[in-house]
Amino acid sequence: MSFSFLKFRKIPLAWLLLTRQPLRLAVAIAGISFAGILMFMQLGFRDGLFDTSVTIHKLLDADLVLISPRSKSSISMSGFPKRRLIQTLAVEDVEKTAPVNLNYLLWRNPENLKTRSILALGFNPSDSLLLDEGFSKKAYKLRNPSRVLFDKLSRPEFGPIEEWFLSEKKVETEVAGKRVIVEGLVELGPSFGADGNLITSRETFLRLFPANPPGSIEIGLVKLKKGSDPELISRILNNSLPNDVKVLTKKQFIEFEKNYWKNSTAIGFIFSLGALMGFVVGCVVVYQILYSDVTDHLPEYATLLAMGYRLKSLFFVVAREGFLLALFGYLPAYFSGQILYSVIRSSTKLPIIMDADKTILIFVLVLVMCMGSAAVAMRKLVDADPAEIF
Amino acid sequence: MVKANKSKNNITNLKTVSINNLSHFYGKNENKKQVLNDVNLNIDKGELVLLKGPSGCGKTTLLTLIGALRTCQSGDLTVLNNQLNGASRKTRQILRRSIGMIFQGHNLLRCLTAEQNVQMGADLIKGSTYLQRREIARNWLSAVGLEEHHKKLPNDLSGGQKQRVAIARALSANPKLLLADEPTSALDSVTGREIVTLLRKLAKEQNCSVLMVTHDPRISDMADRILNMEDGKIYSAHSELI
Repeated sequence: MSFSFLKFRKIPLAWLLLTRQPLRLAVAIAGISFAGILMFMQLGFRDGLFDTSVTIHKLLDADLVLISPRSKSSISMSGFPKRRLIQTLAVEDVEKTAPVNLNYLLWRNPENLKTRSILALGFNPSDSLLLDEGFSKKAYKLRNPSRVLFDKLSRPEFGPIEEWFLSEKKVETEVAGKRVIVEGLVELGPSFGADGNLITSRETFLRLFPANPPGSIEIGLVKLKKGSDPELISRILNNSLPNDVKVLTKKQFIEFEKNYWKNSTAIGFIFSLGALMGFVVGCVVVYQILYSDVTDHLPEYATLLAMGYRLKSLFFVVAREGFLLALFGYLPAYFSGQILYSVIRSSTKLPIIMDADKTILIFVLVLVMCMGSAAVAMRKLVDADPAEIF
Repeated sequence: MVKANKSKNNITNLKTVSINNLSHFYGKNENKKQVLNDVNLNIDKGELVLLKGPSGCGKTTLLTLIGALRTCQSGDLTVLNNQLNGASRKTRQILRRSIGMIFQGHNLLRCLTAEQNVQMGADLIKGSTYLQRREIARNWLSAVGLEEHHKKLPNDLSGGQKQRVAIARALSANPKLLLADEPTSALDSVTGREIVTLLRKLAKEQNCSVLMVTHDPRISDMADRILNMEDGKIYSAHSELI
């Protein structure tokens, strides 16, 4: 029985060179891991921002969404005439519609009486607003005036609302200086734009925010009949409706929000720059380690050249060192990232998760970082002159 | 004419090294210095040649030229039937696999054990498996009397032991030519003689030529031929210019 792979087995020179000085290897791994953690954090925050900015968007029970062309994002919504939503019913494929008001109002923490801005959504309780199946039962309670549903994932600064509500204590507070009663809890989640959310009826919303014209809404939800093509109906509606309204598919509505954070604010850029800084720091660390490693072992590399080893073989040794550093540096970064994501999730309620995209992207970045630095360090190998070792 | 060429080739084939009018220079313009001056030398297969001479006379330069570590500037230099004047980097690299080199400073890889260091030489043998190469390394370590030290790192070996490992490494790739630069300088007289005796024995057994640079008078009696070098020229032991 022959084992042909044994022909290709070689002494693991790269591994032995790396592990000869354990302290230096530990420093290298710590440096790469630090860079990896930095990238995980920055990209985690960036993706978290983009994901949280569309938490509510994703939950809306709609195929098409009408907004004002002047709206820039959920934190900067403009109103449009509610009758545009009614006009959509003229299209045969439209099954039903739901007008929604949306604005930021001041919530008073019932425990310490401090106020904080909260995102309020107003809709007709008889309409369908969210995809959540149990929501319609909760929405029924909003038929009474001054009743609100509080988002239990809101930041704790809004008060111990969930705790009080579950202990069957009457939760009463002020929103925009007017008394409201919490009639139920929903799960939406905070975003970078909103620390907390509440849902109420349009009637209550207009009472809390009287400056809002009754015939104006910020969002119009359109539910299509089964089998309808949202893209096609959206085009038809955009052509038929006046220019004071824009019709988006739900997917486009989500992208509209994400694009605002990506392109119209510095936030996306800042986090991407942070990740880039991590990448650069990692490159410098790996380059320093590999460069000093090659310099230290230059007489040994020259000896190998004198023995008849090809320069290319030595390049591969350095490349393998780079690969091993990438692997050993990435693993602690990944596990530390998991722990830190968990800490951030519990303390900020932001949905920062270690998804496959991020896992692969950062591994590729760490790999590029190490292999790129190894490629630069290889230039030093050319200085290995076998004639000088005699 | 064809016959004459064939006859010349046969003569060349008997020679491991054939040097005609080899000159070498360092520096440029006014700093140009000639270190080898029309050197002529032949080394036969299985021959052990000692090269002596004062520091700076060009011994090491000659060694590095024969070892295909430098490019040949002027004259003919044929090593193992490869003309090195004008030879490509690739040709020199492949040729080096047939030349064993023993350095004054051992130049063992510090991260490798004695056995792995020797195996680095054996790894250049094509067509062998990892286990076969390891076996070769162990056999050579045994031949130089270090079988019990095969797992030791160079830092845990004495100077003499390191030199033996370097010899085993040089021999493990089945070289046709062995170049040694002061291999006994760091050794006591007994160990020095042992090493040269070993080299001589192995050279004869393997039909491998040995060119050894040395100042050590204690091993002169073991050489087939002794050459002296001075001011870039080679003389025989009787001060005749070759």
